[in-house]
Parts: sequence; structure tokens; C-alpha cells
Amino acid sequence: MKLSLSKVAQGYRLGTLNNLGRKGDRTMEFPGCLLYTRTGSAPHLTHDTLQVISRVPVMTQLTLSSLAEHYEVLEEYKEGIGKFIGMPESMFYCSLHDPVNPCPAGYVTNKSVSVWGVGGRLEMTAAKFMSVQQALQPDWFQCLSDGEALCGEVFSAKRARKSVDRSLAFLDECLKLQEQSEVLRSCVMIGVIEGGDILEERLRSARETAKRPVGGFLLDGFHGDAMTKETRLQLISAVTAELPEDKPRLICGIGQPDEVLECIEAGVDLFESFFPYQVTERGCALSFSFDYQPNPEDTLLQQNGEKEEGEIGDCIDKVTTTKRVPETSFEINLKEKKYRDDFGPVVEGCSCYCSPSTDPCKKAHNPCLLNCTDTVARGLLGT
Amino acid sequence: MAAPRESQSTRSPEPMAAVAASAAGPGTRAPAALALRVVAECGRSKARACELRLPHGTVATPVFMPVGTQGTMKGVTAAQLDSLGCRICLGNTYHLGMRPGPELIQKAGGLHGFMNWNQNLLTDSGGFQMVSLLALSEVTEEGVRFRSPYDGTEILLSPEKSVEIQNALGSDIMMQLDDVVSSTLTGSRVEEAMHRSIRWLDRCISANRRPDQQNLFAIIQGGLDPVLRSKCLEEMTKRDVPGFAIGGLSGGESKEQFWKMVTLSTDQLPREKPRYLMGVGYATDLVVCVALGCDMFDCVFPTRTARFGSALVPTGNLQLKKKQFAKDFQPIDEACTCPTCQRHTRAFLHALLHSNNTAALHHVTTHNIAYQLRLMDAIRTSIMEHRFPDFVRDFMKTMYGDLGRCPSWAVEALESVGIPLN
Repeated sequence: MKLSLSKVAQGYRLGTLNNLGRKGDRTMEFPGCLLYTRTGSAPHLTHDTLQVISRVPVMTQLTLSSLAEHYEVLEEYKEGIGKFIGMPESMFYCSLHDPVNPCPAGYVTNKSVSVWGVGGRLEMTAAKFMSVQQALQPDWFQCLSDGEALCGEVFSAKRARKSVDRSLAFLDECLKLQEQSEVLRSCVMIGVIEGGDILEERLRSARETAKRPVGGFLLDGFHGDAMTKETRLQLISAVTAELPEDKPRLICGIGQPDEVLECIEAGVDLFESFFPYQVTERGCALSFSFDYQPNPEDTLLQQNGEKEEGEIGDCIDKVTTTKRVPETSFEINLKEKKYRDDFGPVVEGCSCYCSPSTDPCKKAHNPCLLNCTDTVARGLLGT
Repeated sequence: MAAPRESQSTRSPEPMAAVAASAAGPGTRAPAALALRVVAECGRSKARACELRLPHGTVATPVFMPVGTQGTMKGVTAAQLDSLGCRICLGNTYHLGMRPGPELIQKAGGLHGFMNWNQNLLTDSGGFQMVSLLALSEVTEEGVRFRSPYDGTEILLSPEKSVEIQNALGSDIMMQLDDVVSSTLTGSRVEEAMHRSIRWLDRCISANRRPDQQNLFAIIQGGLDPVLRSKCLEEMTKRDVPGFAIGGLSGGESKEQFWKMVTLSTDQLPREKPRYLMGVGYATDLVVCVALGCDMFDCVFPTRTARFGSALVPTGNLQLKKKQFAKDFQPIDEACTCPTCQRHTRAFLHALLHSNNTAALHHVTTHNIAYQLRLMDAIRTSIMEHRFPDFVRDFMKTMYGDLGRCPSWAVEALESVGIPLN
């Protein structure tokens, strides 16, 4: 893998990752995102319906939590997860957990981390973890790590320190196991930066992890509400400043567009794309314009009905404990009566599955579908 | 200059049975929205292969029409259906007439526009749902009165109202509102329903504002009584409708009674008009009823069974959620060309079915629809190639293991049309 930077400014980066994949012939641009999957499939979408989107990410995110229970099947299959799930052309990054489903805390020990599949809890020692990865054969995988730095609802310095220690120990153990396996040597290990909200732990984690021969870094534990936005961004900037320039930085659990932009400014390169799935599940459709207008005075912005276009900068309404729908200013709630008669496309000019130029997905169609709990609506919205 | 003549091929012994639109003067029939051409006949059984020309294109028969409710095919998009080769599918009037409602659909450019479906559509009258939701309905001469489960308002579904809704939907084939009674019912109610259906047919015919663009089919009733059914046939075939459906079957009746009513009906229906057998969809039933002379079929079975992870194959079905498929790395059907079988194994589908990702259901639904369409295709080809009886025997052997294990009703039915199974 070779990382080329085409632009760096005030901490954020623009570039490409070259020589990726088994044959070393794939490239990925960053900042970028990974395709979110559940049990190896984009939610609600088949290969055909997924292909209608013009720019499917070149790298797909798999979650160990959804696949570990199929370890024996994959071992017998022998040909790797890509072929098994019917996506032989894609590259894969295997994360430990699913960003959408929080897993219960308190199941990490010095010897193992637990993941939660459909069938329940699966305990992953380093050895077990690496054999599962061997069966999956992903291009990249997040190393086994201890992502818990909270004691109850607040960060604990002691717990944060332990999460860094454990994660480094797991990393070293897994690297050793990787050396012993030809299959695993062709996969890229992603080191995990832990440390809760304690600056010195974060720095320690970054420096120590960077010493190891990992192919990239995952910034873990920055999602959720336990940290203020300011703390989060400060810590992310501090961490990325410690990391080598020539390796990609991933972050987990960050999906809302405004938060993604902030993290890019703080030096993160790659993101998960679970946010559309969450919006879909609450019956909403993403409807913000992301066209950057360099000369706003000269540009005529088309107002999409009564909804103001979500200006990236001034996103308000973050997710709170009361589940309001729509939850963010990036989405519209298609169940609302005002859309019943609206036959315009969800977003003017968008070329996705839902646009008139390909397959008209009118706003009015969806309330009917949603009200009838039709899975196609979820599929149409899921893109 | 002489008018162009229909070319006479050896396979099509007659020209299209299209109604001539050239006659002038008042009281002229509107130009036909349907034309049936019999391309080949079995020679032994009553099976035939036809071309059915409809406003949204030609449909090859025998044909299986997938059912979609609520304005879309549950789990499969219009585009996917199109690429599977489907040229006609069903839209459900009851659900659509209620929600979103005919005015809204009309605003969207009819049901075709609303679904973005450019092929043919057949809509139900909305009446069948009355039988299934009997608690909500009351049948009078006026129509069916029921309370909408969606907003509690009382609605009268009359023949006129049903046709009005279907006219707004713009379907290529519309069904008359019929007085449907359960096939297991006996007694005077069956006779009453049969006669009422005839009267409602006449009212539907009068109410159709677009006979040149939408085809109203009659539905033969009469339950399981050959006398009543024959009477219904006698009366309804006097009416000038472009096609006939055989209704009132595929309920709880025995298969023995079922096939006898089907064959009685096709015996008395005109050759040059399509025969639509409603609610029939199991593979064996399709094969037998084609032999008995039916052209068109619909059934929720393939899509409904898909939602339980059940995949249709020539030997029956695979319950993919079962443990035995966890490590089965074959596709559902080696010979199947559907997107699911091209890309996925039973093992993957098994794993996906045990997750909460609905994509699994889409995969199986796509396959099941493809299976039904391929089956009809194979049936049709065998008729055109004059080997339908052999096809039937091969099909039965594959499905039941050996011919001795075929269900007796099927054996009798096939025997009755010159296809013995042993």
C-alpha cells in the first residue's frame, strides 16, 4: 500500500491510497467512506439494486460481530468472505463491532474481547480472533482491542489506561500470530488508538501503536455522547499529529455529515457509512445539498419545499435521548402528510436509485410503502 | 392497393382474432385493446401457446403473473421484475384504491406511473379481499359494503366504483367485481352469488369508460356445482368481453373438485379468448391446468413463501433457514439464471436469513419469481415444440421422484386430457 497526499492544509488531507487489494492494483481516494454491511450484505439491498448507485465505495466494511459465528462455515468454504457474500470484486475492512448496535460493556478481559452476533456473545481471544480473520481473508482488519474507557457513563483515567495497555498487548500478540500465517500476512492490520478522554493516554496509545508495523490506524472511542465535541476534536487532532503521514487514519462510530467534516479537519481520512442505514430505519430520507458553492452571491439556490437545505456548518438538532423523527437536519420524514402528494424526487439532481432519471422514487410513493412496512421502501431509502 | 394480409405460418393456422375497428357508424364497438393469437396447440391435451397483445406490449402465454400488493412487488423492484422477463404483473385494487387512493394514483400518472412499470398490469376488482376480510363486509345487490381498516370509514364497493378505481389505475386488464363466495360453501348462497356476478358483470361493462385501452375480464363463478358453473358460463360467454377468468376456486376445496371445475370451464370458454385461472400457483397445479386449457395464472405463493426463506426448485422447495444448508455452497438451483443464483450460495443465504438484514428475503423472492417465469417458459416451449406430454411426465418425475407417487388428482386430470402418467 502506498499513500499519496495531493493536498494537506491545517491538519486535513486529500489523497489516494494506491497498490491496494490482493493484486495491488486498486486505489482508494480519501477522505472517503466504506460501504456499510450487515452480515456481509448492504442492508436491504441486493447486488443489482446496489449497483444502481453510481459511486459505491471501493472498500466494504464487514463487522466481526456479524460474521464470527459463521467461522466454521467460512473455514470450510476456504475462499474468503468476499466470494462467500457474492462481492468478489470488492475490498474489505473488517471492524470488530457494528457501529449501529452498541454492545454491552464489561466483557473485555486481559485475554479476550467479546463480540455480539445473532446467536449471542462470542469470546475472542487473540488466537481465536486471528483464526477467524484467517477464514475471512479481509484486505484490512481492525486489531483486537479494548474500546471501553468508561466507568458507567463517565470516563475513568484508570480504565482508559487499561484500555491502552490491553490494546497494545493484543496488538503485539496478534502481530506475532500474523507472522506465522501466510494468509494473514497478506492482510493489513489496522492498529487501534484508545485512551478515552485522557490526553496523555491518547498520546501514549498513538505513539506506541505507531511504533508497531501496522498498515493504518483506527481512532476508537470518539463516538457517543460521553465526550464533548470540543474535547473530541482536540483529542483527534492531537492523535493524528502523532501518527505517520503515510498511513491512513480511520474512525469508527462517526457518521453524521457535519461530524465527518469536523473529523476530516482534524486529520481523519476514512469513515463508516452506517448513517444512511440509521436514517432509513426511522423512515426518513437524506435530503441535504452537499454542493459546495464557491460564490454564494452568484449562485441561485433551489429551495426544496419548505425545508431549508441543511447547511453543513449550522447543523443543530443532534440526536438526543428523545427519538424525534426526523432526528437531524439532514433528513426528511417521509411519513409526514405533506409528502403524500409530492411527486418530486427526494433530492433534485441526485443520481441515486431514487432519481427520476433512472428509476423515479417519488416522495409520495414512499409514505404508502412505509405505512405498509414494505421492505422495498427501506431498500429504496437505504441507498 | 390490397390490404396487407397476416402471414400464414405453419404454426399459426389462423389470423389474429382481433376485432375489426374499421366499421363505421353509431353503436360501433370500440377498437380492441386485446388480441389473442394461438401459436401452437398440444394436439393431445388442451394446452396451447399463445401471444396476447395488450396495450403495454405482447405477453407470451401460458404466463404466470407475479402479484404485488401496495403498489410494488414486495422486495422486488419494477426494474428487477422487468429484467427477469416479466411482462405482466398484478396490482391489487383493494389496497391501492384505499391507500393511496385513486385520485392520488391518477395524479401520479396511473398505476404504471406510480410503480414506474412500463409493462402490462392486471388489477383485481377489490372484491376478493372481501372474502378474506369477511368480518368487515356485507354483500347486497348494490355492492360490497365494508369498513376500511385504515381509517374506519364505511365504503361501498359497487361494480361501478370498482371499475372507476380500475379506470383511474389504468391497468391493461381489469377484473369485474364479482360476488365471491368461499368454494367450500354450498346451497342457495352459491347460486345467488353466481347470478349476481352476471348482473354485476353487465354493470361493470357499462361502467368501463376506457374499453379501448383497458380490458374488462369476466369471472366465471358457480362454485363446485357443475350445473351452476355451466349456467354461469353460458350466460357470461354471451357478453362481449375480451377475456374470461375462472374464479371461485383455489380456496379450500379438494383438488379433485378443483380440476373438474377447471376442465368444465375451459370446455365451455371460447378458444380465441384468454383463460385466466385465478389464484393458482403451485408448480404442479400450473402444469396440470395448462394441460386443461388455461393461459394465465396468478398466486401469492412464490413471493409469500420466499419471505419464510423457502426457495422453489424443480424438486419442490428448499427451507434455506434449516441447518442442512449452513455449509451448502451450491446456488439454490444450478440451472437458474436469476441474479441470486448467479452470485450467491445456499450457505450465504442461510446465514443472511438468520440475520436481520432483509436483503435475504429479496434474494429468495427474486429467485422464486424467476423460477415461476422459467417454468412457464419451459412449458410454452414444449407446447410449441409439440412435446408437452413428455415435458409433463419429466416434470412430474422430477417433482415426485417417481410417477407412482404423483398426487392422484393430477394423475386423473392429466389422464382426462390424454396424458397418462404411467
